[in-house]
This record gives sequence, structure tokens and C-alpha cells, in this order.
Amino acid sequence: MKYQSQLVAKNYFIAAILLFTGQILFGLIMGLQYVVGDFLFPEIPFNVARMVHTNLLIVWLLFAFMGAAYFLVPEESERELYAPWLATLMFWIFLIAGALTVIGYLLFTYSDLAALTRNELFPTMGREFLEQPTITKIGIVIVALAFIFNIGMTVLTGRKTVISLVLLTGLVGLAVFFLFSFYNPDNLVLDKYYWWWVVHLWVEGVWELILGSILAFVLIKVTGVDREVIEKWLYIIIAMTLITGIIGTGHHYFWIGTPDYWQWLGSVFSAMEPIPFFMMTLFAFNMVNKRRREHPNKAAVLWALGTAVMAFLGAGVWGFLHTLAPVNFYTHGTQITAAHGHMAFYGAYVMISLTIISYAMPIMRGRTANGEKAQVLEMWSFWLMTIAMVFITLFLTAAGILQVYLQRFTEDPVPFMVAQQKIEIFYWLREFTGLVFLIGLVLYIYSFFVKEENVAA
Amino acid sequence: MRETFTKSMARNIYYGGAVFFFLLFLALTYDTHQVLPSGDNHEAINEVVALGKKVWEENDCIGCHTLLGEGAYFAPELGNVYTRFGESTDAIKLFIKSRPAKGVPGRRSMPQFNLTDEELEAIAQFLKYVDGIKTARDWPPNIQG
Repeated sequence: MKYQSQLVAKNYFIAAILLFTGQILFGLIMGLQYVVGDFLFPEIPFNVARMVHTNLLIVWLLFAFMGAAYFLVPEESERELYAPWLATLMFWIFLIAGALTVIGYLLFTYSDLAALTRNELFPTMGREFLEQPTITKIGIVIVALAFIFNIGMTVLTGRKTVISLVLLTGLVGLAVFFLFSFYNPDNLVLDKYYWWWVVHLWVEGVWELILGSILAFVLIKVTGVDREVIEKWLYIIIAMTLITGIIGTGHHYFWIGTPDYWQWLGSVFSAMEPIPFFMMTLFAFNMVNKRRREHPNKAAVLWALGTAVMAFLGAGVWGFLHTLAPVNFYTHGTQITAAHGHMAFYGAYVMISLTIISYAMPIMRGRTANGEKAQVLEMWSFWLMTIAMVFITLFLTAAGILQVYLQRFTEDPVPFMVAQQKIEIFYWLREFTGLVFLIGLVLYIYSFFVKEENVAA
Repeated sequence: MRETFTKSMARNIYYGGAVFFFLLFLALTYDTHQVLPSGDNHEAINEVVALGKKVWEENDCIGCHTLLGEGAYFAPELGNVYTRFGESTDAIKLFIKSRPAKGVPGRRSMPQFNLTDEELEAIAQFLKYVDGIKTARDWPPNIQG
């Protein structure tokens, strides 16, 4: 490790992995509730489990992104972090606020939590992924501002690289677009219109900048390829991301009462959204093929290649499957959406987080790479989780196609719950595959605790 | 990529593309605001509907249901539930009110939210308002949502 202050990232990564584990456990609860409807009812109804599942995902990815920034920005800027103490303070504030929020979801009925946190004063709760009490949202803004201040000062007073500037742009965008979560008009169409400014412009916009810069950083480190080459790729990838993705927001404006021209704009531009992901795949494989060194951390290279492929499949291919308006007319809000959501989030954001964790953790623990045994375990966990996610996606896609046919496409459409019962088998298969994913995650965590001799320092 | 395509060219495409398409997006957003009032059923929004939206939000209905296709996929679409329930707000209220507190053995069941009469009326009116929003091609495809 080149700079002592990079070490603040360690807590962020540990918290990320712990919250990831919580996310998967609640995912398994929900998966079971799909087939055993009264499981944990009424103690943990589905909506509560889902809130915990999705909110933990968002929070742990934010932890991982922050950890990534604290780790890579000092190295890129060639200076210590501007204020390491602030990073540590923000870690505890964010962790405690996040934990209290999740505990709040589990201990109180949601309406009681709304009353307790005085939602009526500034109502922002109860919208998908933005379920956090308003006070938590304010906390997120404060943590994000302190974080960006810290990273920004480090970048601006140090060596400025394309990677650190792109990362900073992505992080500022993340904070700015989150502010739309405070806009909650009575008019549902407007509410939905700007809700997507948080959700879409995050995951199909600025988060891709964060993804791209982390990937570029890791690829420079593990391949030794010339920075100039990698930075050119990074620019062109994120250029395509924003060129396609901003107007691509229109694929969410098909059926919510917005004007018809969004059908054309949304279809055409979002159909091009796979392009930057495909370029990312080419980028990663090209750089690894042209490598000038054999980095001992094979696991990190595997994660980097994995995220490039899986992001293309999940976000690119599975997104394209249902992004054209005439198709989306039938698939909108079905298990097809769920299938895409799972593989896209795993491929793009979970795997890039695990990539930087895989690269940085051994270094923060005083070695370039883990020993053979730990790396083999980690690679096993890679394959178990990744293959499990492929099958979760395939089963949900099968469920979705049948759901669309039964409920929307056939001459004689059946009610929602009738269709759900007919596709139950795929929910069972998904749940079993989810257990395989959990086994992969357990192996992953275990790989951190393998004791070995002769590890290269 | 060949030498003819330089890093500064890539950078210019990035900055130029991002700024151009974001400005285009803002322009389209402006136009959307101009067009919306013709179909967003805003004339139906009153205090009761606004309260209904709060009831909708503060009970996290979106955590199981979709509303105009957005939300969770665990329970039926509610953007057209007013039509599906025979254009009767009473039917909607009765359904919500009669959910068993302990659930239904082995099956998915909506929680008993213990809403007041005022809240029940509000949520029903809110769902009626949503049903009145003019969506493209009258989405959802049919009455089953």
C-alpha cells in the first residue's frame, strides 16, 4: 500500500460484505414467500423483506463505492487522503444510520415508522427503493457531501488522472441526482417522472462512470498496460454510456402517462445502451490479453473479467430483451423485469465491488495477493455465485415469459394470482439456486480467513 | 484503437456527448411538462386523493404491488384496479378492510392495515385517480393488469 490513509477503505469493505450477506438472507426469505405465501407472515410481510433486500443492496454498494474511492483516489492523486478522520467518522455515521433504518423496518410497522420519523412534515417515504425515512435520506446527503468533499479535495490538490476525475464526476452525479428523492408531488405522473431521475440516472448513468473508473484502475494495476490506452477506453465507454443512457431514460416513460414520443426515443436510445457494456467486455479482455505483467492476484483478474461479461449480459442483453416499447407493452412490471434487475445489478455493481475488494483487501492486509488456497476458494465462490445468478435469471425469465403469456398475451387472460400459481415451479427452482448463491457467498467470506504460509508480501 | 484516434478526441466525445444529450433531455422534460396536463388526470387530484397517496406511501403498498407497472411483482397491478373491481370504490375498500390479520395458511395474503374510514376512502379515491391517468395504448394490456 502506497499511502497510509488508503487503509480507511478496509472498514467500508468489511461493512459492505456484511450487509451483502444480510441482503442475500432477505432475498431467500422473499424467494420462499413467493411459493410459501404465509412464511413469516404477518411478522415479516413481503414488502418489508423486499425493502430490506433492496435497501441493503443500495447501502452496501454505496459502502463499496466509497471504500473504492478512498482506496484508489490517494494512489491516483499521489497524496494522502485530505481528511482520513472524516472518512472514518462518516463510516460510523453511515453504518449506524443504515443499521437503525433497517432495524426500524423490521421492528415497526411501516406506517408507525413513518409516524415516528415525522414523515408528514416532509413526505418522501414509501416509493420503491426510496423507502428510507426522510431523516435517513438527509443523513445520506450529509454523508455523501462529506465524502465528496474529502475525495474532491484529495483529487484537486493532487495529481489529476482521468480515472480519478471520472470517478469524482460519477460521485457528484450520484449525490446530485439523489436530491430528486426529496421531490414527491401529489401528481403521480410527475412523481414517477422524477423518481427515475434518481433510479435510472443512477444505475444506467452515473454509477456506470463509477464502475468504469474502478474497472480501469484495477486493470491498470493487474495488467500493467499503459495508462494512456486504458484512459482512452474509459473515455469512450463512458461517452457511450451517457450518449445512450440519458435519453434512454425514456424506456421508463412508456406507460406512466407521459407523451407518446418517449416510445420512440426510449426504444431507440435504450436499444443502444448495451454498446458501452459490450465495449467494456472488449476493453477488459483486450487489456488482460495485452498484459505486461503477471499479477499474483488471479482472483481479482477473474472478477474484473467477470464483471465485464456479466454486466454486458445482465444490463446489456437482458435489458435489451424487453426495452423496445412493443415488447415492453407486454413485459412491463413482470418477472422479466425481476430477471433483468437481478443479473444487471449482480453483473455490473456487485461484481465491480467484489473486484476492487478482491484487489485491495490483500494489499490492506499487508500482501500483494492472497495465497493459493484462499484464491482458489475465492474463485470457487466466484463461479458458484455467478452461475447461480445466471440460473436465477434464467428461471425468472422463464417465469416471466409464462406470466406474460397467461396474464397478458393469450385470448383469455387469467388473473395475476392464477398465473402466479401456474409458474410456481420456476419460483422453487429460483429459491434452490438462491441457496447455491448463499453457499458461494459463505465460501467467499471464508476465503478471508484461510491461514497460509509462504504468502508473498 | 489506432493512434489516429487520440485520447483527447475520446475526451471531447465524452464531454460533448454528455452535455448535448443532457441538454436534450432537459428540453424533452420541458416539453413533457407542457404536454402532460392533457392526460395526467391532474384535475382529479383533490385533498382526498392527496391523502390517498400518503396512505399508499406510508403503508409501502409498492413493496408488493405494481402501480402502472412499477413496484414489486408479488401482488396484482393496481393502476387499473378500479376498472377491475367494477368501477366501485366500495369494492376496493371492502377488499382492503377484510384482509385476515393472521393471513391465509400457505398462501400470499395482504396484511391487515387497520385503516380508518377516512384513509380507506382516500386510498380508494387515489386508485380511482390513477386509473384515470391516460397511459399510452391504454396500458396495461387487459383488465388483469
